Amino acid sequence: MHGEAGAFIELDGLEKVFDVRRRVGRFRRETRQVRAVDGISFRVARGEMVGYIGPNGAGKSTTIKMLTGILTPSGGRVRVAGIDPSRERTRLASRIGVVFGQRTTLWWDLPLIDSYRLAHRMYRVPDARFRENLDRCVELLGLGDLLHVAVRQLSLGQRMRGDIAAALLHDPDVLYLDEPTIGLDVISKTRVREFLRDLNRDRGTTVLLTTHDLQDIEQLCRRVMVIDHGRLLYDGGLAGLHEAGGSERVLVVDLEHEAPPIELADEPSVRVTRVEGTRQYLAFPADRSAAPLVARVAAAYPLVDLSVREPDIESVIAKMYGERADA
Amino acid sequence: MGIRSQLTYRLSFAATTFGNLAATAFDFVTILLMFSQVRALGGFSLPEVAFLYGTSTTAFGLTDLVMGSTERIGSRVRDGTLDVLLLRPAPVLAQVAADRFALRRIGRIVQGGAVLAYALAAVDVDWDPVRVAMVPLMVLSGGLIFAAVFVVGAAFQFWAQDVAEVQSAFTYGGTTLLQYPPGLFAKDLVRGATFVVPLAFVNWMPALYVLRRPLPLGMPDGVAFLAPAVAVLCCALAGLVWRLGIRSYRSTGS
Repeated sequence: MHGEAGAFIELDGLEKVFDVRRRVGRFRRETRQVRAVDGISFRVARGEMVGYIGPNGAGKSTTIKMLTGILTPSGGRVRVAGIDPSRERTRLASRIGVVFGQRTTLWWDLPLIDSYRLAHRMYRVPDARFRENLDRCVELLGLGDLLHVAVRQLSLGQRMRGDIAAALLHDPDVLYLDEPTIGLDVISKTRVREFLRDLNRDRGTTVLLTTHDLQDIEQLCRRVMVIDHGRLLYDGGLAGLHEAGGSERVLVVDLEHEAPPIELADEPSVRVTRVEGTRQYLAFPADRSAAPLVARVAAAYPLVDLSVREPDIESVIAKMYGERADA
Repeated sequence: MGIRSQLTYRLSFAATTFGNLAATAFDFVTILLMFSQVRALGGFSLPEVAFLYGTSTTAFGLTDLVMGSTERIGSRVRDGTLDVLLLRPAPVLAQVAADRFALRRIGRIVQGGAVLAYALAAVDVDWDPVRVAMVPLMVLSGGLIFAAVFVVGAAFQFWAQDVAEVQSAFTYGGTTLLQYPPGLFAKDLVRGATFVVPLAFVNWMPALYVLRRPLPLGMPDGVAFLAPAVAVLCCALAGLVWRLGIRSYRSTGS
C-alpha cells in the first residue's frame, strides 16, 4: 500500500537535542545540550507489534512524540505511512492513534460518550463505521456502564480503557501506546493486553508499545527494541535478548548429601553460584542445552532432584543497562 | 464542547458572566464621568470618543471571544497538555479557541456594540458611502489585527511560558489605548502603535478619517485605507511566528 512494502514506520538516524539551561551562581546561566534521542534507526512493518523499552529518561517518549509530530526532530529522518510527522501533523493525525498512560486525551469534565462523539466529528469517521467501532470497543473493553460517567469520575483502569477506545474510533493504521498499563491492577492489565492482542490479530493494526512492565512485552510482542541514553541497544526477538544480554540459566540440583561446590573439568562457563546444604545452584549460558550438563553432574554426583530456572527478562535488561553504564 | 464543560459548573458560569458584564460596563462609565467635568477630551466630543470606544471595543470583543483563551497556551505548554491538542487532526489554534470558548466574553461585544450604535446616531459627520463602508471594514480588520497580536503572544509562550501578562498589555491594554484620541498620548507611543505593533490601524487611522479629522503623525488620509492590508500582513506574520513556536515546542518528560 505504501512506497516500499514492509516499512510502515521508518527512522533514519533520528535525533532530538534539548537545550537545558541551568543556573550557575546568582546570574550566570549555563546551557547544556541533552541528546534525548541520539541517532536511532529502525523500521517497523505494517501489522507488527513491537515493544520499545528502556529505563526512565532513555528517550522512549521523545521518540514517540517525534513519530506523532508533537516534537520536531533536531536531525535525521522519520516517516510514518510515508508522511513526515512534524511537517504534516494534522494529515498524519487521522492515521494514528495514541494512548499516553500518564495523560488522558479525553474531555475531563464530560461523559465518556461526549469525547467519542467529538472524535467522530473531528476525525470525520463515517457514521456506520463509527458505530461499529464504538460498539466493538464498548463490548471488548467493558465500557457499557461507563459511557455516561464524567471522565474525572472514572478510576484509572476505567479511564485507560476509555482512552484506548478513543484512540481507535477512527481506524488508525498504527497505535502508539506509551505505558498503557502503568498503575493498573492485574485484572485491568490482563484485559488491556487481551484487547491489544485481538486488535493486532483481527485488524492488523501496527502497535508500538513502550512500557516498564516486561510482562506486557512477553505477552504481546515478538519483537523488542531496547533503548538507553537515546541509542538503540537491541532490536530483535525476545529470545535473542537473552543472548545479547549474556544471560544465564540456572540448574538447581539436590544432592544425596552435602558436598563441596561441584566442579566440572573443562567447563569454565559453568559455575556454582550458591550452596544451601545439599542444594547447589549452577549457572550456565542461556543458549546452551541443559541435558549434557545434567548428564555430567549425574555421572559424578548422586542426585535426588533437579530443576532448571529460566532467566527473567528483567534481570537481563538490567544487566544490559548496567554494561552500558560501565562502558 | 468547551461550552458544555463550562455549563457543568453552572453557578460559576453565571457568576463570571455577570462579573464580566459589570466590569466592562464600568469602562464606558469612566468616560462618561470625565465628560461630566469637561466638554471635550483632546478636542474630541463625547460622541466622537464614543465612536473610538465603540469601534475598538467591538473589534477587540469579537477577537477576544474567539481567541481570548490562547492566553492559556502557556500553561498548556508548561504542563504538557498541549500534546493532546497536537495529536488531533485539527489546527491547534482552532482547538484552543473552541476548547475554552468563553460565552461570558459576549458581554464586551454587547457593550461595545451599544456604545458604537449611540456614537453613529449622535456623531456629527457628513456621511458618504466610503465613510459608511469604512465602519464595518475597520471593525473587521481591527479584529484581525488584534487576532494577530493574540497569536504572536500565544506563540511566544512556546519560548517563555510566563509572557501572558505581556500579551495582555498589548491586547487588553491596546484596546483601552484605542478608546481615547491619539492626541492624548506621547508622540512616541503613537509611533510605536503605528509602526511596531500597528494597533493604530484598528481604529485611530480609519476612525479619524471617518470623523474628518487629521490622521495622527501627520499621515495623509489615504493611510486610513491601508487598515485591511495591514491586518492581512499582521495575520500572515503571526501565522509564521506561530509555526516557528510549534516547531520549538519541547513537551514534558514521559
